[in-house]
Amino acid sequence: MSNATLKELSAQLAAGACSSVELSHDFLNKINDLNKALGCFITVDTERTLAQAKAADAQRAAGRGGPLTGIPLAHKDIFCAQGWLTTCGSRMLANFVAPYDAHVVERCNAAGMVTLGKTNMDEFAMGSSNETSYYGPVRNPWNRDVVPGGSSGGSAAAVAARLAPAATGTDTGGSIRQPAALTGICGLKPTYGLVSRYGMIAFASSLDQAGPMARSAEDLGLLLNVMAGHDPRDSTSLERPGEDYNRDLAKPLAGLRIGLPKEFFAAGLTPDVQRAVEAAVAEYKKLGATVIDISLPNMELSVPVYYVLAPAEASSNLSRFDGVRYGHRAAEYTDLMDMYKRSRAEGFGAEVKRRILIGTYVLSHGYYDAYYIHAQKLRRLIARDFTEAFKQCDVIMGPTSPTTAFRLGEKSADPVQMYLSDIYTIAVNLAGLPGMSIPCGFDGGGLPVGLQIIGNYFDEARMLNVAHQYQLATDWHQRTPPGVQ
Amino acid sequence: MALKLDDVQRAAHLARIAVDDAEAGAALAQLTRVFGLIEQMQAVDVTGITPMSHAQDLVLRLRPDVVTEGDQRDRFQAIAPEVEAGLYLVPRVIE
Repeated sequence: MSNATLKELSAQLAAGACSSVELSHDFLNKINDLNKALGCFITVDTERTLAQAKAADAQRAAGRGGPLTGIPLAHKDIFCAQGWLTTCGSRMLANFVAPYDAHVVERCNAAGMVTLGKTNMDEFAMGSSNETSYYGPVRNPWNRDVVPGGSSGGSAAAVAARLAPAATGTDTGGSIRQPAALTGICGLKPTYGLVSRYGMIAFASSLDQAGPMARSAEDLGLLLNVMAGHDPRDSTSLERPGEDYNRDLAKPLAGLRIGLPKEFFAAGLTPDVQRAVEAAVAEYKKLGATVIDISLPNMELSVPVYYVLAPAEASSNLSRFDGVRYGHRAAEYTDLMDMYKRSRAEGFGAEVKRRILIGTYVLSHGYYDAYYIHAQKLRRLIARDFTEAFKQCDVIMGPTSPTTAFRLGEKSADPVQMYLSDIYTIAVNLAGLPGMSIPCGFDGGGLPVGLQIIGNYFDEARMLNVAHQYQLATDWHQRTPPGVQ
Repeated sequence: MALKLDDVQRAAHLARIAVDDAEAGAALAQLTRVFGLIEQMQAVDVTGITPMSHAQDLVLRLRPDVVTEGDQRDRFQAIAPEVEAGLYLVPRVIE
């Protein structure tokens, strides 16, 4: 049962073949067996989960259930969930029990979905390997010596190991897509503004976007249907009519124009990843698509631009953690200034401090124009490249990550090496476009490769159609890690 | 432009993060690497380009000036490090 898709689980629940309580028990047992080895979850609360499952069963029995009522899912620990420990992967919030629900959690609850637990993540979503978590690393189910990617590493590994049928994630510079690619699952970062950021602990507010992580494109659409929607409590939440993101799944791909940016296939891309992505493109040609060579000339600037803008926004956002209203307060201090400084020095880990220092520096007097404003101007050039590209093509494809999953510790000594692992994903966040990753093969060592699909603004339904048609023709998304059934 | 130890200590003070000399030195080495990456941006001429602060270039919405949240003080203060009589306690700042 734990290998079933959301669509299959929904059918089983509707037919009465299983109950939500049975289903939730199943997943909780698997989490209990494997979480010690994999580190996917920071918090599991059996009682809360089963109470929610019971309520979902009652809802279905009364004929009031929706398609996802009773289906369990895992939430990244960046989402506030009332009554749940919500740590954001940080010591700073090791004692933070959220007093309210994030909009995403509220919507999943309203749909009758059952929270299986809160998943591990890089501290405050700052990382690409899940190694910056205060609660220890997450191990990749395909090979426990390698990372699952990050920052939504716990969510990705949980879905890959079938500890959850689906999970929520957030993506500021690739944090849904890169871990999805490295663990062989599917992940979608929607257009900026589609999913409310309310109750999602802020990292870089102009880039942060929540999205679904699951086993198939169809499941992503089912979950996005629940997660997306206007919320007046997030001033950047867009007011748009609701849509069914799975409405176009069955459309044939004949005539689809796929843009391949030459910058995605340049130096730095490992041969195994390149081979798998090119094979996927060849498959798309068989499905009737045409391929167009395009260029995103400013893309190589996206990493430096991001490492000005995201830390700048983070330094401001994370100033709220002061040891006064919630979170960690140092045990000893001499005065108020010392209390702030010690609480933050103890509460934040090395990578988070590094980014706060970068952000503080680039925003400080005398450097603001040279760094922050300059980066914002380049951000526009990067976004314009995409606007130009989408005049020639319907979707853009390329690798999600330049490599497959790397070994634990391999890149942790050099922040720049780690930052460059998001080279293909960051530009999408800067432009605010939707992007997704789906499995498209394996490297020589048996580690999954992800195909990135980038769409124009609000083109999620088309992207899901494009991914779904590929998944009807191939079975990469159905492969399971060794020992996982 | 080379980053100096002073710059790191100043940023740490502005960010209210305690760093000792050893930590500041280690941070300097790492930040120098990161700024090496960031400096690549300076090669591009951006004359006449409008800064982009938001993906959709939206105008912020206004909402009616009405109360939307009730009193949640007890709930929010339940998770505070130190409170008394509905107030957050911090070390004395006015003698």
